[in-house]
Amino acid sequence: MSDNQIRDAIAEAIADNDIILFMKGTPDRPACGFSARTVAMLQALETPFTAVDILPDPRIRQELSAISNWPTIPQLFHKGELVGGCDIVTEMYESGELASTLGVEAPSDAPAGADPAPAPLGIENRLG
Amino acid sequence: MPSADEVKSRIESAIPGAQADVETADEVHFSARVRASAFDGLTRVQQHRLVMDVFQGELGGAIHALELKTEVS
Repeated sequence: MSDNQIRDAIAEAIADNDIILFMKGTPDRPACGFSARTVAMLQALETPFTAVDILPDPRIRQELSAISNWPTIPQLFHKGELVGGCDIVTEMYESGELASTLGVEAPSDAPAGADPAPAPLGIENRLG
Repeated sequence: MPSADEVKSRIESAIPGAQADVETADEVHFSARVRASAFDGLTRVQQHRLVMDVFQGELGGAIHALELKTEVS
């Protein structure tokens, strides 16, 4: 794939997916604390999202940052617009603005101001 | 490696009317709270861009991470 093809593929992914997160690693195996925190907040809102791992090819990050004019990872997009990186997403999550921006209901067990970390542990009850 | 004071003064001299509180434990990861009148009318993304633009190619290099919080003053 040429650099231009990568750039086109990224632009298309941003246009085609309502909520898309470019991150280091995957939601199941985030490779960076900032990516992990951002995934945890999206999961806490119980909203489906598309995730793209930027690590497999350094050109993904290079072309993504050229498109978004944003130097760092993660980057969250909603309906084609850059919402922000981890800091902005955290601020918006805490104020409840993230839920309204993304058009989802804030979960009742995670009111505004709740600590988004840690990610759900997925504890299985094996006692019964 | 930049010091917290250096990062603070670079932000304050680049953005008119900005006031920055900068902390760092290791001089590669920084946390900054920036208040500026120049942020008025800008989205958060635009506010952050103004600050990150000060450090252009250094983010991810000499400055591994810049945790940012912006406010209109």
